[in-house]
Amino acid sequence: MTGSRSKLDVSGNRNVRSEQNVQSHALVVRIAHWLMALSIVLLIASGWRIYDASPIFGFRFPVWTTLGGDVETALAVHNDPGVATAIAWHFAAMWLLLASYLSFVLWGLFSGHFWRDFLPVGPQSFLRDFIAAARFRLEHRLGEYNAVQRVFYWGVLALVALMLLSGIAIWKPVQTYPLEALLGGFQGARIVHFAGMALIAGFIVVHVTLVILVPRTFIAMVTGRAEEPAPHRPTETVP
Amino acid sequence: MSVERRHLLRGGLSLSALTLLTGCDLSDSNVVQRVLADISRWNDRVQAALFSDNRLAPTFPAERAVKDFRYNAWYGADRAPDLKAADYRLTLSGLIADKHPWTVEQLYALPQQSQVTRHVCVEGWSMIGQWTGAPLRTFLERVGADTTAKYVGFECADGYYEGMDMPTALHPQTIMAFYLSDEILPRKYGYPFKIRVPTKLGFKNPKFVTTIYVTNIRPRGFWTDRGYNWFSGI
Repeated sequence: MTGSRSKLDVSGNRNVRSEQNVQSHALVVRIAHWLMALSIVLLIASGWRIYDASPIFGFRFPVWTTLGGDVETALAVHNDPGVATAIAWHFAAMWLLLASYLSFVLWGLFSGHFWRDFLPVGPQSFLRDFIAAARFRLEHRLGEYNAVQRVFYWGVLALVALMLLSGIAIWKPVQTYPLEALLGGFQGARIVHFAGMALIAGFIVVHVTLVILVPRTFIAMVTGRAEEPAPHRPTETVP
Repeated sequence: MSVERRHLLRGGLSLSALTLLTGCDLSDSNVVQRVLADISRWNDRVQAALFSDNRLAPTFPAERAVKDFRYNAWYGADRAPDLKAADYRLTLSGLIADKHPWTVEQLYALPQQSQVTRHVCVEGWSMIGQWTGAPLRTFLERVGADTTAKYVGFECADGYYEGMDMPTALHPQTIMAFYLSDEILPRKYGYPFKIRVPTKLGFKNPKFVTTIYVTNIRPRGFWTDRGYNWFSGI
Protein backbone atom coordinates (compact mmCIF):
# COMPACT_ATOMS: atom_id res chain seq x y z
CA MET A 1 0.00 0.00 0.00
CA THR A 2 1.23 3.48 -0.63
CA GLY A 3 2.20 5.29 2.48
CA SER A 4 0.59 8.66 2.52
CA ARG A 5 0.35 11.72 4.64
CA SER A 6 -1.63 12.06 7.84
CA LYS A 7 -4.09 9.30 7.24
CA LEU A 8 -5.79 7.24 9.86
CA ASP A 9 -4.79 3.61 9.89
CA VAL A 10 -7.22 0.81 10.66
CA SER A 11 -6.88 1.21 14.41
CA GLY A 12 -7.77 4.88 14.15
CA ASN A 13 -4.30 6.15 14.97
CA ARG A 14 -2.30 8.54 12.86
CA ASN A 15 -0.20 6.63 10.41
CA VAL A 16 3.22 7.06 11.99
CA ARG A 17 5.16 6.09 8.87
CA SER A 18 3.70 8.88 6.80
CA GLU A 19 5.10 11.47 9.15
CA GLN A 20 8.54 10.11 8.33
CA ASN A 21 8.38 10.86 4.60
CA VAL A 22 8.14 7.23 3.69
CA GLN A 23 7.00 6.00 0.32
CA SER A 24 5.84 2.44 0.05
CA HIS A 25 4.20 0.55 -2.80
CA ALA A 26 2.32 -2.73 -2.62
CA LEU A 27 3.79 -5.61 -4.62
CA VAL A 28 0.83 -5.70 -7.00
CA VAL A 29 1.27 -1.97 -7.69
CA ARG A 30 4.96 -2.43 -8.46
CA ILE A 31 4.46 -5.43 -10.72
CA ALA A 32 1.59 -3.74 -12.56
CA HIS A 33 3.58 -0.51 -12.85
CA TRP A 34 6.59 -2.17 -14.48
CA LEU A 35 4.50 -4.36 -16.77
CA MET A 36 2.56 -1.30 -17.91
CA ALA A 37 5.86 0.53 -18.46
CA LEU A 38 7.25 -2.37 -20.50
CA SER A 39 4.12 -2.86 -22.58
CA ILE A 40 3.75 0.88 -23.25
CA VAL A 41 7.34 1.11 -24.49
CA LEU A 42 6.78 -1.90 -26.77
CA LEU A 43 3.45 -0.50 -27.99
CA ILE A 44 4.86 2.94 -28.76
CA ALA A 45 7.95 1.61 -30.54
CA SER A 46 6.02 -0.95 -32.60
CA GLY A 47 3.26 1.61 -33.17
CA TRP A 48 5.77 3.97 -34.75
CA ARG A 49 6.82 1.30 -37.24
CA ILE A 50 3.15 0.68 -38.07
CA TYR A 51 2.53 4.42 -38.39
CA ASP A 52 5.43 4.69 -40.83
CA ALA A 53 3.73 2.21 -43.18
CA SER A 54 0.98 4.74 -43.81
CA PRO A 55 1.69 8.06 -42.05
CA ILE A 56 -1.29 10.18 -40.98
CA PHE A 57 0.79 13.36 -40.90
CA GLY A 58 3.64 14.60 -43.05
CA PHE A 59 6.47 12.84 -41.26
CA ARG A 60 7.84 9.40 -40.41
CA PHE A 61 9.59 8.18 -37.29
CA PRO A 62 13.24 7.28 -37.80
CA VAL A 63 13.52 3.50 -38.15
CA TRP A 64 15.97 3.19 -35.26
CA THR A 65 13.33 4.50 -32.83
CA THR A 66 10.86 1.83 -33.94
CA LEU A 67 10.38 -1.84 -33.15
CA GLY A 68 10.03 -4.47 -35.87
CA GLY A 69 13.50 -5.72 -36.70
CA ASP A 70 16.00 -4.79 -39.34
CA VAL A 71 14.25 -3.40 -42.41
CA GLU A 72 16.72 -4.83 -44.95
CA THR A 73 16.47 -8.30 -43.41
CA ALA A 74 12.70 -8.15 -43.33
CA LEU A 75 12.57 -6.96 -46.95
CA ALA A 76 14.91 -9.75 -48.04
CA VAL A 77 13.10 -12.48 -46.13
CA HIS A 78 9.51 -11.26 -46.24
CA ASN A 79 9.25 -8.51 -48.82
CA ASP A 80 7.92 -6.41 -45.97
CA PRO A 81 9.70 -3.61 -44.05
CA GLY A 82 9.12 -5.20 -40.63
CA VAL A 83 5.53 -3.99 -40.39
CA ALA A 84 4.32 -7.56 -39.92
CA THR A 85 6.65 -8.02 -36.95
CA ALA A 86 5.70 -4.62 -35.56
CA ILE A 87 2.02 -5.55 -35.73
CA ALA A 88 2.78 -8.88 -34.05
CA TRP A 89 4.56 -7.02 -31.23
CA HIS A 90 1.70 -4.53 -30.98
CA PHE A 91 -0.99 -7.21 -30.70
CA ALA A 92 1.10 -9.16 -28.17
CA ALA A 93 1.95 -6.17 -25.97
CA MET A 94 -1.69 -5.03 -25.97
CA TRP A 95 -2.61 -8.08 -23.85
CA LEU A 96 0.18 -7.30 -21.42
CA LEU A 97 -1.03 -3.70 -21.14
CA LEU A 98 -4.66 -4.75 -20.76
CA ALA A 99 -3.82 -7.22 -17.96
CA SER A 100 -1.46 -4.93 -16.06
CA TYR A 101 -3.70 -1.88 -16.47
CA LEU A 102 -6.78 -3.73 -15.22
CA SER A 103 -4.80 -5.09 -12.24
CA PHE A 104 -3.52 -1.62 -11.43
CA VAL A 105 -6.89 0.09 -11.74
CA LEU A 106 -8.89 -2.56 -9.91
CA TRP A 107 -6.34 -2.63 -7.08
CA GLY A 108 -6.26 1.16 -6.96
CA LEU A 109 -10.03 1.40 -6.75
CA PHE A 110 -10.66 -1.40 -4.27
CA SER A 111 -7.66 -1.08 -1.97
CA GLY A 112 -8.36 2.61 -1.54
CA HIS A 113 -4.98 3.57 -3.03
CA PHE A 114 -6.51 5.90 -5.61
CA TRP A 115 -8.90 7.57 -3.19
CA ARG A 116 -6.27 7.99 -0.50
CA ASP A 117 -3.34 9.14 -2.62
CA PHE A 118 -4.78 10.71 -5.79
CA LEU A 119 -7.61 12.64 -4.05
CA PRO A 120 -8.58 15.28 -3.22
CA VAL A 121 -7.54 17.29 -6.19
CA GLY A 122 -9.09 20.37 -7.74
CA PRO A 123 -8.30 23.10 -10.22
CA GLN A 124 -7.16 25.48 -7.48
CA SER A 125 -4.64 23.16 -5.89
CA PHE A 126 -3.49 22.06 -9.34
CA LEU A 127 -2.89 25.66 -10.41
CA ARG A 128 -1.12 26.49 -7.16
CA ASP A 129 1.20 23.48 -7.34
CA PHE A 130 1.72 23.87 -11.07
CA ILE A 131 2.90 27.45 -10.66
CA ALA A 132 5.12 26.44 -7.75
CA ALA A 133 6.60 23.61 -9.81
CA ALA A 134 7.19 25.88 -12.78
CA ARG A 135 9.18 28.19 -10.48
CA PHE A 136 11.05 25.20 -9.00
CA ARG A 137 9.53 25.98 -5.63
CA LEU A 138 7.48 22.86 -5.17
CA GLU A 139 8.93 20.69 -2.47
CA HIS A 140 8.76 16.95 -3.08
CA ARG A 141 7.69 14.96 -0.10
CA LEU A 142 8.05 11.22 -0.36
CA GLY A 143 4.77 9.45 0.22
CA GLU A 144 2.65 12.41 -0.72
CA TYR A 145 1.60 13.38 -4.21
CA ASN A 146 1.15 17.05 -5.00
CA ALA A 147 -1.81 18.25 -7.04
CA VAL A 148 0.13 18.24 -10.31
CA GLN A 149 1.13 14.62 -9.80
CA ARG A 150 -2.41 13.68 -8.91
CA VAL A 151 -3.81 15.25 -12.04
CA PHE A 152 -1.09 13.62 -14.14
CA TYR A 153 -1.77 10.16 -12.70
CA TRP A 154 -5.52 10.44 -13.26
CA GLY A 155 -4.76 11.82 -16.70
CA VAL A 156 -2.41 9.06 -17.81
CA LEU A 157 -4.78 6.40 -16.48
CA ALA A 158 -7.58 7.97 -18.54
CA LEU A 159 -5.26 8.15 -21.56
CA VAL A 160 -4.48 4.44 -21.37
CA ALA A 161 -8.21 3.73 -21.31
CA LEU A 162 -8.61 5.97 -24.36
CA MET A 163 -5.76 4.12 -26.09
CA LEU A 164 -7.37 0.76 -25.40
CA LEU A 165 -10.72 2.02 -26.72
CA SER A 166 -9.35 3.73 -29.82
CA GLY A 167 -7.09 0.72 -30.40
CA ILE A 168 -10.08 -1.61 -30.35
CA ALA A 169 -11.92 0.75 -32.72
CA ILE A 170 -9.03 0.53 -35.21
CA TRP A 171 -8.44 -3.20 -34.76
CA LYS A 172 -12.13 -4.15 -34.99
CA PRO A 173 -13.97 -1.29 -36.73
CA VAL A 174 -16.69 -3.64 -38.02
CA GLN A 175 -17.28 -5.85 -34.97
CA THR A 176 -17.37 -2.82 -32.62
CA TYR A 177 -18.91 -0.54 -35.23
CA PRO A 178 -20.60 2.22 -33.25
CA LEU A 179 -17.36 2.69 -31.28
CA GLU A 180 -15.46 4.37 -34.12
CA ALA A 181 -18.30 6.86 -34.59
CA LEU A 182 -17.63 8.13 -31.04
CA LEU A 183 -14.05 8.82 -32.09
CA GLY A 184 -14.94 10.58 -35.33
CA GLY A 185 -14.90 7.60 -37.67
CA PHE A 186 -12.08 5.25 -38.61
CA GLN A 187 -9.64 8.03 -39.49
CA GLY A 188 -10.73 9.92 -36.36
CA ALA A 189 -9.91 6.85 -34.26
CA ARG A 190 -6.43 6.72 -35.83
CA ILE A 191 -5.86 10.39 -34.99
CA VAL A 192 -7.14 9.93 -31.43
CA HIS A 193 -4.86 6.89 -31.05
CA PHE A 194 -1.92 8.95 -32.29
CA ALA A 195 -2.71 11.95 -30.06
CA GLY A 196 -3.09 9.67 -27.02
CA MET A 197 0.31 8.17 -27.81
CA ALA A 198 1.87 11.64 -28.03
CA LEU A 199 0.39 12.67 -24.67
CA ILE A 200 1.53 9.44 -23.01
CA ALA A 201 5.01 9.90 -24.48
CA GLY A 202 5.00 13.42 -23.02
CA PHE A 203 3.93 12.03 -19.65
CA ILE A 204 6.78 9.50 -19.76
CA VAL A 205 9.33 12.25 -20.42
CA VAL A 206 8.10 14.35 -17.46
CA HIS A 207 7.68 11.29 -15.22
CA VAL A 208 11.18 9.95 -15.90
CA THR A 209 12.73 13.41 -15.52
CA LEU A 210 11.16 13.82 -12.10
CA VAL A 211 12.24 10.35 -11.05
CA ILE A 212 15.81 11.26 -11.98
CA LEU A 213 15.48 14.41 -9.83
CA VAL A 214 14.12 12.41 -6.87
CA PRO A 215 15.74 8.97 -7.28
CA ARG A 216 14.28 7.61 -4.05
CA THR A 217 10.93 7.31 -5.79
CA PHE A 218 12.56 4.84 -8.17
CA ILE A 219 13.89 2.78 -5.24
CA ALA A 220 10.39 2.75 -3.76
CA MET A 221 8.87 1.50 -7.02
CA VAL A 222 11.46 -1.31 -7.19
CA THR A 223 11.91 -2.43 -3.59
CA GLY A 224 8.55 -1.31 -2.29
CA ARG A 225 9.87 1.19 0.24
CA ALA A 226 12.02 4.27 0.46
CA GLU A 227 12.34 6.89 3.11
CA GLU A 228 13.91 10.23 3.45
CA PRO A 229 15.85 11.17 6.57
CA ALA A 230 13.92 13.88 8.39
CA PRO A 231 16.61 16.21 9.74
CA HIS A 232 14.10 18.76 10.96
CA ARG A 233 12.50 16.33 13.35
CA PRO A 234 15.43 14.79 15.22
CA THR A 235 13.36 14.00 18.29
CA GLU A 236 10.99 11.67 16.49
CA THR A 237 11.60 8.01 17.03
CA VAL A 238 10.57 5.07 14.99
CA PRO A 239 8.97 2.30 16.97
CA MET B 1 -4.58 -24.36 -25.48
CA SER B 2 -3.02 -24.31 -22.04
CA VAL B 3 0.42 -25.06 -23.44
CA GLU B 4 0.03 -22.25 -25.93
CA ARG B 5 -1.13 -19.90 -23.24
CA ARG B 6 1.76 -20.77 -20.95
CA HIS B 7 4.18 -20.41 -23.82
CA LEU B 8 2.63 -17.07 -24.63
CA LEU B 9 2.87 -15.72 -21.11
CA ARG B 10 6.29 -16.98 -20.17
CA GLY B 11 7.89 -16.34 -23.53
CA GLY B 12 6.20 -13.00 -24.02
CA LEU B 13 7.16 -11.65 -20.64
CA SER B 14 10.76 -12.76 -20.57
CA LEU B 15 11.48 -11.79 -24.16
CA SER B 16 9.98 -8.36 -23.94
CA ALA B 17 11.80 -7.77 -20.64
CA LEU B 18 15.03 -8.77 -22.35
CA THR B 19 14.34 -6.41 -25.23
CA LEU B 20 13.85 -3.54 -22.86
CA LEU B 21 16.87 -4.33 -20.71
CA THR B 22 19.31 -4.82 -23.54
CA GLY B 23 17.89 -1.85 -25.37
CA CYS B 24 18.19 -3.63 -28.68
CA ASP B 25 15.67 -4.94 -31.12
CA LEU B 26 15.35 -8.68 -30.77
CA SER B 27 12.66 -8.89 -33.43
CA ASP B 28 14.84 -10.87 -35.82
CA SER B 29 15.60 -13.64 -33.35
CA ASN B 30 13.97 -16.96 -34.20
CA VAL B 31 12.70 -17.40 -30.66
CA VAL B 32 11.03 -13.99 -30.69
CA GLN B 33 9.43 -14.75 -34.04
CA ARG B 34 8.20 -18.09 -32.68
CA VAL B 35 6.63 -16.50 -29.60
CA LEU B 36 5.06 -13.68 -31.62
CA ALA B 37 3.63 -16.28 -34.02
CA ASP B 38 2.15 -18.21 -31.06
CA ILE B 39 0.50 -15.04 -29.77
CA SER B 40 -0.75 -14.32 -33.29
CA ARG B 41 -2.42 -17.78 -33.33
CA TRP B 42 -4.02 -16.93 -29.99
CA ASN B 43 -5.26 -13.68 -31.53
CA ASP B 44 -6.79 -15.73 -34.39
CA ARG B 45 -8.92 -17.51 -31.79
CA VAL B 46 -9.94 -14.27 -30.11
CA GLN B 47 -10.95 -12.79 -33.45
CA ALA B 48 -12.92 -15.87 -34.49
CA ALA B 49 -14.80 -15.55 -31.19
CA LEU B 50 -15.41 -11.82 -31.78
CA PHE B 51 -16.67 -12.42 -35.32
CA SER B 52 -20.43 -12.32 -35.60
CA ASP B 53 -22.16 -14.18 -38.48
CA ASN B 54 -24.81 -11.55 -38.90
CA ARG B 55 -23.10 -8.32 -38.00
CA LEU B 56 -22.79 -6.34 -41.20
CA ALA B 57 -19.90 -4.11 -42.12
CA PRO B 58 -21.04 -0.47 -42.27
CA THR B 59 -22.29 0.60 -45.71
CA PHE B 60 -22.13 4.09 -47.16
CA PRO B 61 -24.04 6.21 -49.67
CA ALA B 62 -22.95 5.48 -53.26
CA GLU B 63 -21.52 8.98 -53.72
CA ARG B 64 -18.89 8.25 -51.07
CA ALA B 65 -17.43 5.43 -53.17
CA VAL B 66 -14.02 6.36 -54.61
CA LYS B 67 -14.00 6.04 -58.40
CA ASP B 68 -10.23 5.93 -58.90
CA PHE B 69 -9.59 3.19 -56.37
CA ARG B 70 -6.08 2.81 -54.99
CA TYR B 71 -4.07 0.13 -56.75
CA ASN B 72 -2.15 -2.01 -54.30
CA ALA B 73 0.11 -5.00 -54.92
CA TRP B 74 3.75 -5.98 -54.55
CA TYR B 75 4.19 -5.52 -58.32
CA GLY B 76 3.31 -2.68 -60.69
CA ALA B 77 -0.11 -2.52 -62.35
CA ASP B 78 1.47 -3.09 -65.79
CA ARG B 79 2.58 -6.52 -64.59
CA ALA B 80 -0.89 -7.58 -63.43
CA PRO B 81 -2.14 -10.81 -65.03
CA ASP B 82 -4.08 -10.21 -68.23
CA LEU B 83 -6.70 -12.93 -68.12
CA LYS B 84 -8.95 -13.47 -71.17
CA ALA B 85 -12.52 -14.61 -70.77
CA ALA B 86 -12.08 -17.11 -73.63
CA ASP B 87 -9.32 -19.03 -71.86
CA TYR B 88 -10.24 -18.45 -68.24
CA ARG B 89 -11.64 -21.29 -66.15
CA LEU B 90 -12.30 -21.20 -62.43
CA THR B 91 -11.27 -24.58 -61.07
CA LEU B 92 -12.76 -26.09 -57.93
CA SER B 93 -11.17 -28.49 -55.55
CA GLY B 94 -11.39 -30.02 -52.10
CA LEU B 95 -14.69 -30.70 -50.33
CA ILE B 96 -16.92 -29.67 -53.23
CA ALA B 97 -19.47 -32.01 -54.85
CA ASP B 98 -19.54 -30.52 -58.37
CA LYS B 99 -16.03 -29.67 -59.46
CA HIS B 100 -16.84 -28.64 -63.02
CA PRO B 101 -14.76 -25.60 -64.00
CA TRP B 102 -16.65 -22.33 -64.43
CA THR B 103 -16.37 -19.87 -67.30
CA VAL B 104 -16.53 -16.08 -66.90
CA GLU B 105 -19.92 -16.11 -68.61
CA GLN B 106 -21.31 -18.62 -66.13
CA LEU B 107 -19.89 -16.72 -63.17
CA TYR B 108 -21.25 -13.38 -64.33
CA ALA B 109 -24.72 -14.97 -64.71
CA LEU B 110 -24.94 -15.65 -60.97
CA PRO B 111 -27.42 -13.57 -58.91
CA GLN B 112 -25.65 -10.46 -57.69
CA GLN B 113 -25.73 -7.70 -55.11
CA SER B 114 -24.01 -4.38 -54.76
CA GLN B 115 -22.21 -2.99 -51.71
CA VAL B 116 -20.57 0.31 -50.82
CA THR B 117 -18.15 -0.68 -48.09
CA ARG B 118 -14.82 0.32 -46.68
CA HIS B 119 -11.61 -1.43 -47.59
CA VAL B 120 -9.21 -1.27 -44.62
CA CYS B 121 -5.55 -1.94 -45.33
CA VAL B 122 -3.33 -3.54 -42.70
CA GLU B 123 -1.02 -0.54 -43.15
CA GLY B 124 -3.74 1.75 -41.80
CA TRP B 125 -5.18 3.50 -44.84
CA SER B 126 -8.78 2.90 -45.82
CA MET B 127 -10.95 3.64 -48.84
CA ILE B 128 -14.63 3.30 -49.61
CA GLY B 129 -15.57 1.56 -52.85
CA GLN B 130 -18.53 0.08 -54.61
CA TRP B 131 -18.36 -3.58 -55.56
CA THR B 132 -20.97 -5.76 -57.23
CA GLY B 133 -21.01 -9.51 -57.51
CA ALA B 134 -22.34 -12.86 -56.38
CA PRO B 135 -22.38 -13.82 -52.69
CA LEU B 136 -19.70 -16.44 -52.17
CA ARG B 137 -22.27 -18.31 -50.12
CA THR B 138 -24.59 -18.62 -53.14
CA PHE B 139 -21.73 -19.97 -55.23
CA LEU B 140 -20.57 -22.45 -52.56
CA GLU B 141 -24.13 -23.75 -52.21
CA ARG B 142 -24.52 -24.06 -56.00
CA VAL B 143 -21.44 -26.23 -56.36
CA GLY B 144 -22.33 -28.38 -53.38
CA ALA B 145 -19.47 -27.28 -51.15
CA ASP B 146 -19.31 -28.83 -47.71
CA THR B 147 -20.15 -25.70 -45.73
CA THR B 148 -19.54 -27.56 -42.48
CA ALA B 149 -15.85 -27.63 -43.40
CA LYS B 150 -13.60 -25.14 -41.65
CA TYR B 151 -12.00 -23.14 -44.44
CA VAL B 152 -12.22 -21.84 -47.99
CA GLY B 153 -8.99 -21.26 -49.89
CA PHE B 154 -8.11 -19.31 -53.04
CA GLU B 155 -5.32 -19.54 -55.60
CA CYS B 156 -4.71 -16.62 -57.93
CA ALA B 157 -3.20 -15.98 -61.35
CA ASP B 158 -0.55 -13.63 -59.93
CA GLY B 159 0.82 -16.27 -57.57
CA TYR B 160 -1.18 -14.92 -54.65
CA TYR B 161 -2.97 -17.30 -52.33
CA GLU B 162 -5.33 -16.69 -49.45
CA GLY B 163 -7.92 -18.40 -47.33
CA MET B 164 -10.55 -17.67 -44.74
CA ASP B 165 -12.69 -19.33 -42.10
CA MET B 166 -16.02 -20.76 -43.28
CA PRO B 167 -18.17 -18.41 -41.14
CA THR B 168 -16.61 -15.43 -42.93
CA ALA B 169 -16.92 -17.13 -46.34
CA LEU B 170 -20.66 -17.56 -45.69
CA HIS B 171 -21.12 -14.00 -44.39
CA PRO B 172 -23.80 -12.16 -46.43
CA GLN B 173 -21.34 -9.42 -47.49
CA THR B 174 -18.60 -11.77 -48.72
CA ILE B 175 -18.93 -11.64 -52.49
CA MET B 176 -17.18 -12.62 -55.71
CA ALA B 177 -16.88 -9.08 -57.02
CA PHE B 178 -17.27 -8.78 -60.82
CA TYR B 179 -17.70 -4.99 -60.92
CA LEU B 180 -15.96 -2.04 -59.31
CA SER B 181 -17.92 1.23 -59.49
CA ASP B 182 -20.35 -0.42 -61.97
CA GLU B 183 -17.52 -1.23 -64.41
CA ILE B 184 -16.45 -4.76 -65.17
CA LEU B 185 -13.53 -5.31 -62.81
CA PRO B 186 -10.57 -3.74 -64.60
CA ARG B 187 -7.51 -5.92 -65.20
CA LYS B 188 -5.34 -4.37 -62.49
CA TYR B 189 -8.05 -4.85 -59.84
CA GLY B 190 -8.30 -8.58 -60.48
CA TYR B 191 -10.36 -9.46 -63.58
CA PRO B 192 -12.39 -11.62 -63.86
CA PHE B 193 -13.16 -11.37 -60.17
CA LYS B 194 -11.81 -10.67 -56.73
CA ILE B 195 -13.11 -11.83 -53.38
CA ARG B 196 -14.54 -8.80 -51.62
CA VAL B 197 -14.82 -9.40 -47.88
CA PRO B 198 -15.52 -6.20 -45.92
CA THR B 199 -15.16 -7.96 -42.55
CA LYS B 200 -11.46 -8.58 -43.15
CA LEU B 201 -8.36 -6.53 -43.90
CA GLY B 202 -7.56 -5.71 -47.52
CA PHE B 203 -4.97 -8.43 -48.05
CA LYS B 204 -7.64 -11.06 -47.32
CA ASN B 205 -9.41 -9.94 -50.55
CA PRO B 206 -7.62 -11.98 -53.26
CA LYS B 207 -7.73 -10.86 -56.91
CA PHE B 208 -7.48 -12.88 -60.19
CA VAL B 209 -8.92 -15.94 -58.42
CA THR B 210 -8.40 -19.09 -60.50
CA THR B 211 -9.09 -21.81 -57.92
CA ILE B 212 -11.46 -22.10 -55.01
CA TYR B 213 -11.14 -25.01 -52.61
CA VAL B 214 -12.87 -26.11 -49.44
CA THR B 215 -10.84 -27.78 -46.74
CA ASN B 216 -10.41 -28.56 -43.07
CA ILE B 217 -6.72 -27.74 -43.21
CA ARG B 218 -6.03 -24.07 -42.65
CA PRO B 219 -5.03 -22.54 -45.99
CA ARG B 220 -1.81 -20.57 -46.13
CA GLY B 221 -1.92 -16.90 -46.99
CA PHE B 222 0.58 -14.90 -49.02
CA TRP B 223 1.05 -12.20 -46.38
CA THR B 224 0.40 -14.55 -43.47
CA ASP B 225 3.47 -16.48 -44.63
CA ARG B 226 5.29 -13.14 -44.36
CA GLY B 227 4.38 -12.64 -40.73
CA TYR B 228 0.93 -11.04 -40.82
CA ASN B 229 -1.90 -12.32 -38.67
CA TRP B 230 -3.93 -15.08 -40.32
CA PHE B 231 -7.52 -14.27 -39.30
CA SER B 232 -7.15 -10.52 -39.86
CA GLY B 233 -10.80 -9.76 -39.20
CA ILE B 234 -11.89 -6.19 -38.64
